[in-house]
Amino acid sequence: MTPVRRRRLFMVMSLVLASGTAVALTTYALRQNINLFFAPTQVIAGEAPFDRVIRVGGLVVPGSISRDQETLQVSFDIADNSGVIRVSYSGILPDLFREGQGIVARGTLGPDHHIQAQEVLARHDEEYMPPEVAEALKRTSMTHDSY
Amino acid sequence: MHFSNWQEFLAMGGYAPFVWSAFALTLIILGIVLVTPVLRRRQLLRQLQRLERLREQENTQ
Amino acid sequence: MSQTAASTRRRKRFKLPLWMYKLASPAYFDRLVGRIIPWLLIPGLVLLGIGLVWGLAFAPADYQQGDSFRIIYVHVPTAALSMGIYMAMAITAGIGLIWRIRLAALVSRNCAPIGAACTFLALATGALWGKPMWGTWWVWDARLTSELILLFLYLGYMALHEAFEDPEIGSRAAAILALVGVINIPIIHYSVEWWHTLHQGATIFKLDKPSIAPSMLWPLLVMLLAFALLSAANVLMRTRNNVLERRLQPDDDE
Repeated sequence: MTPVRRRRLFMVMSLVLASGTAVALTTYALRQNINLFFAPTQVIAGEAPFDRVIRVGGLVVPGSISRDQETLQVSFDIADNSGVIRVSYSGILPDLFREGQGIVARGTLGPDHHIQAQEVLARHDEEYMPPEVAEALKRTSMTHDSY
Repeated sequence: MHFSNWQEFLAMGGYAPFVWSAFALTLIILGIVLVTPVLRRRQLLRQLQRLERLREQENTQ
Repeated sequence: MSQTAASTRRRKRFKLPLWMYKLASPAYFDRLVGRIIPWLLIPGLVLLGIGLVWGLAFAPADYQQGDSFRIIYVHVPTAALSMGIYMAMAITAGIGLIWRIRLAALVSRNCAPIGAACTFLALATGALWGKPMWGTWWVWDARLTSELILLFLYLGYMALHEAFEDPEIGSRAAAILALVGVINIPIIHYSVEWWHTLHQGATIFKLDKPSIAPSMLWPLLVMLLAFALLSAANVLMRTRNNVLERRLQPDDDE
């Protein structure tokens, strides 16, 4: 093979490889994010499959967190506008995990809409402010709370 | 000033490994990206000087 | 000199403004760029110093994320520039491809390593921020995946330049890749709205007013400007080197 041809072959192969990886990654990302993401309401409505790993996102219901004193076992409720489901998890929770926080749990669905999570990720919004400002905002706008 | 002493500043509220490695990595890579063309220019100028000296020698001969 | 004769001939045909031809003259370009670079580099370095101290020590901590939020001061500028530099790279590549302006193609090529570095940094600092806050270094969500594809686009662009015997063909092939890849830029930006991502929405690059307290926003803007100035200076420094390289090539002297 001449050096010119080898270079051309290398180019074509790297292009194919690059675009192939791009397409594969995109489809992989979309599959995880669209097809297998459910809100608590959808889970209750029976839209989520039982036989594979799904993702469920919602807000942690205040007062619902119960921790085992000896192990890392924790369970809590997550809710959206109209549904509440229970999540169980064993492991270290992200620092942002707290009451009222948006979280995404990845795990399998059991009976009674109970999720056995393998991973719990915390979501946060795009708002950044100092604690004093947050405190002041909370005091002045108790009426239209965005959370 | 947000922090009251050096220890507090270095601790970064408990997030020291994450914060400091993010900033260090950024500065290291930024430094490399910035210094590379400076070094290259020096090298090129040296080569150009050598070339011109060669030419001068040719002209005088 | 043959160079000036050639440029006079060209001027008669196209009637482009004179400064454009002046710019094409290596000596003129070298002098002009040499004068511009300090005006970008020095303010860039000064602002970087100010932004670092301001962001790390003086900005308040976030009400939810505490001091880990300070990673924003390296994450957002690198992420914003990873996209901004890509656009500059694609536009100059397009100009080089269509009008066959060598200088534009050179500028485009020099954008790539800087853009790739910014993309890598955006991904790395994002991982360092994601681990403590979200609970994971990486997640295959639309924002993170499309940013990773951006890194591959930069690397592919650079590889294509090297893949051909004839640098001219390499430059053209790379330009086409850069232009096709532009589609990824709106995908990155809107990914947080189009898909359900773990990544939050835009904080400053939106039509609405920024959702960040002014005391936190100012150092961020300083860092953003610093990175933009340093990147611009860097592209010019690299391009000036390319012009110098051409003067060293024996077949160019005739």
